[in-house]
Amino acid sequence: MTNATLVCRNLWKLYGPEPERFMEKHGPSPSEAALKSAGQVTAVADASLTIERGEIFVIMGLSGSGKSTLVRCLSRLIEPTSGEVIFEGVDLLKASPEDLIELRRHKMGMVFQHFALLPHLSVLDNVAFPLEIRGVGRREREKPAREMIELVGLQGRENYLPYQLSGGQQQRVGIARSLITNPDVWFLDEPFSALDPLIRREMQNEFMRLQDALHKTIVFITHDFEEAVRVGDRIAIMREGRVVQVGTPEDLVRSPADDYVAEFTRDAPRSKIFSARAIMRAPKAGEAIAGLIPAASKVREFAARVDSSELPFGVADESGQQIGVVDRRAVMSVLVSAWERA
Amino acid sequence: MTVAAVETKISPSTTRLGPDTVAILAFAVLALIAFFLPDGVLPAWMTELPPRFRIGLDTAVSAVLKWLVEDASFGLFTFKEMTRGFAQVLNVPLDIATSILSTGLREGRGSAAVQLAPPLPWIAVVGVVSALGYRFGGWRLAALAGGAFLYLAVFGQWESAMLTLSSIVVAAPLGVAAGLVTGVIGYRVPAFRRFITPVLDLMQTVSTFAYLIPILFLFGFGPVAAMIATIIYALPPMVRVTMAALEGVPREIVEYGTMAGTTPRQMIMKVMLPAARPQLLVGVNQVIMLSLNMVIIASMIGAGGLGFDVLTSLRRLDIGRGLESGLAIVVLAIALDRLSQAYADGARKRGAEGDLKPFLLALVAFVAVTYVLGLFVPFVATYPEALQISTAPWWSEAVRWINVNFFDAFDAVKTFFLLNLLLPVKRFMMAQPWPLVAAALGYAGWRLGGVRLAVLVVSLALFPVLNGQWEITMMTVYLCGLSVLFAALIGIPIGIYAGLSPRAWRVIEPVIDTLQTLPSFVYLIPAVMLFRVGDFTAMLAIILYALAPSVRYAAHGIRQVPPMLIEAGTSMGCTPRQSLTRIQLPVALPTILLGINQTVMLALSMLVITALVGTRDLGQQVYMALTKADTGKGLVAGLCVAAIAIVADRLINAGAARLAAQRSGGGDAA
Repeated sequence: MTNATLVCRNLWKLYGPEPERFMEKHGPSPSEAALKSAGQVTAVADASLTIERGEIFVIMGLSGSGKSTLVRCLSRLIEPTSGEVIFEGVDLLKASPEDLIELRRHKMGMVFQHFALLPHLSVLDNVAFPLEIRGVGRREREKPAREMIELVGLQGRENYLPYQLSGGQQQRVGIARSLITNPDVWFLDEPFSALDPLIRREMQNEFMRLQDALHKTIVFITHDFEEAVRVGDRIAIMREGRVVQVGTPEDLVRSPADDYVAEFTRDAPRSKIFSARAIMRAPKAGEAIAGLIPAASKVREFAARVDSSELPFGVADESGQQIGVVDRRAVMSVLVSAWERA
Repeated sequence: MTVAAVETKISPSTTRLGPDTVAILAFAVLALIAFFLPDGVLPAWMTELPPRFRIGLDTAVSAVLKWLVEDASFGLFTFKEMTRGFAQVLNVPLDIATSILSTGLREGRGSAAVQLAPPLPWIAVVGVVSALGYRFGGWRLAALAGGAFLYLAVFGQWESAMLTLSSIVVAAPLGVAAGLVTGVIGYRVPAFRRFITPVLDLMQTVSTFAYLIPILFLFGFGPVAAMIATIIYALPPMVRVTMAALEGVPREIVEYGTMAGTTPRQMIMKVMLPAARPQLLVGVNQVIMLSLNMVIIASMIGAGGLGFDVLTSLRRLDIGRGLESGLAIVVLAIALDRLSQAYADGARKRGAEGDLKPFLLALVAFVAVTYVLGLFVPFVATYPEALQISTAPWWSEAVRWINVNFFDAFDAVKTFFLLNLLLPVKRFMMAQPWPLVAAALGYAGWRLGGVRLAVLVVSLALFPVLNGQWEITMMTVYLCGLSVLFAALIGIPIGIYAGLSPRAWRVIEPVIDTLQTLPSFVYLIPAVMLFRVGDFTAMLAIILYALAPSVRYAAHGIRQVPPMLIEAGTSMGCTPRQSLTRIQLPVALPTILLGINQTVMLALSMLVITALVGTRDLGQQVYMALTKADTGKGLVAGLCVAAIAIVADRLINAGAARLAAQRSGGGDAA
């Protein structure tokens, strides 16, 4: 068994007349012309993704690009028209309603853009809700619920109702609630998009802190490339239902698959994305260096040091071996190119 | 509403004016010709189909019902035993409520009954109501609710009011529960929903009297039959509200429920219904108000209480007593409305009701103390008769005085309207042959909504024809049309004024709120008081009852005009008057039309009740059928009223939708 938690292959979601029949007739990858003439609207087209255990996988795209539909197909909130979804070796699309309920109760968690808190329940009852419907008694479920509330920093507000909380606090409840069952995969559907910029930043940091402790497998939806870069290990970019490119932030910025991706990455904070490894050059023979920089560290982290030094810095891999050098020129080119493009 | 009126109303909406104008003129000329033709020129079948062409729905319905009641059997028991058994089951909660609130616990029946335990003391009831008011809405609501019930005691209406209240206390929860269940099934099962929606449409448009008759047949005469009628009447809005509220639960909340792993049952019980609670409570308020309305109408098939008092007073033309009971209904209605509304509003905010237990304990303790006290101190148990105030003689005297001094004036007004307006319009409508009316309606339907609407409208127009009810249907259209015309002429300007001036709205809103709260019955009293019985009186009562939506929708329409448009107009130099006539009114017109639609619906439901004051139309037909327990005739007449309602509703809605579409689409073209 591989390290993949969630895999989808050739996933399609069509809205139109008899979409299943259409897919049967036109094989696994119908042409645009066939789709159009049959009056089919594609929400998700031929998506194939592999999400590894423990990674934060971001699906990013503008509104209407199909990212929300895709994540709902992955959790089978929406029934895909055709394709495969394999979750921990189980074919999700063949699971019975009872199996699905069990899977969702124990292995999946989801956070929603508009929080989706139950308006009639207190913070405590909202967080304990997933346990309640599993039939866990009040006393047994309140203990873990209180722990989760503390984890997201809402202690003291257990008896508040959702409307008495700010947006950021409501989303903390949403997060606590989705984690109480200790799920294997955690879906976050634009979790911070409805929040003010300052709160959003704070929540992103909090989210990263949580993930450092929990190491969940995460599918994170966003329309904000900067957010995708901040939180994502890998990013899939979607356009008109298709996955255009999948890669690390650095891959996307360095070699965008097409103009569309390039357009997104144009204003990306390169100094936060490019690592020393990406901009280093081979050392000249006997070249003196001012010190060593880890290959994985980002430009932003060492730019000041390199800039203030006459000598270049050496780049060291995980074993401490020098594999290249970065000089002021390389750093400047990353910093300036952002300027010029802007 | 006259055909000509429908036609002219749509004419400004049609873009290609040419052919429509010609058609409207042609229909108008034909209508005038029909009016001026001497009797007997038009063949008789054009006014009323000869019996051999009729479909005989009335006799068929009567026969089926007769068979059900007399012969139908399920083997072990007969159909009649089943319905009577059902009635007995429902009688249990009603009996308990009546014992607690009104009669006390009794042994034996009728006049031989011995009271074993007295009912709740009046002080306990007033206290409970005030406490609920305080809990739901603070001191002001406590004072209002307590004051209202105190009024009932002081003015000698206590016993009747408690009888009415006890049937509501039972009917409303049953109606809410039945509505909830039906609504949930409708939400879950699309096929059931497709079936139930037209049934609900019909239930809300068929006149209320019409289904009193089959109920009378199946369940017999008495409070239980009246309660069943009440539940059926109050049910449709709860079903609709439930379906709409469940649909309205945010998508993400439903998705969350799914992702949390709820079973279908948990999804409804633990996620959707609680999330939809505020909207559902609006439905509860409606059920309570409709129950109150119907409890009164249902007094014709055996409900006692305030409705019965009004009914008997009206029949005896005892204006004073009728007015007194009517006022008591108004007071009760306002108290119940405000209480349930405050509860619904509070539910939006209030959540974990942690302090509910001490409140309930205190309430129970209070009731127990007053009850025990009441056993020894008569003043606590029943409001002393010596302190009661009766206004009946005063009202009677006032009405007598008015009639002595102003009879000529009132009579002159009435005669003037009758001679110059009502009678000519009536004669005009009666002269219209059904082929012409059906053709005109079909044309309007076709122009406004296409072939399907045309087919629907024509078949509905043919329903009274095929059942031999054409003339009496036109009589109904005449009275209803004139009333709607006046209601619109009075209501729309008031609404426009209220829409323009927030200060005026603050005064007008509570008035029309209250007008809408009052049971339809009540409107008859002042009209009869001043103008005796007849068409003119009926028209006045209908106008009063149906006025509110015209005002409300017109005000809403004006207020929802985007301020941007008005600013644009002002910047181009529009005077306030021009701004109103050129910008606000045209933009608000679709909404105003919807208000007229609601007015038509209310007018039709009131029309049937006005049969009590001697009109001659479908309402009277139903009422007569009720007194003779002729199910078929009553149902057919009721369905004719429904046909009028549906025709008006579909045509006006299609017109409003077209106008609105033109308004939003026209912006691009211009």
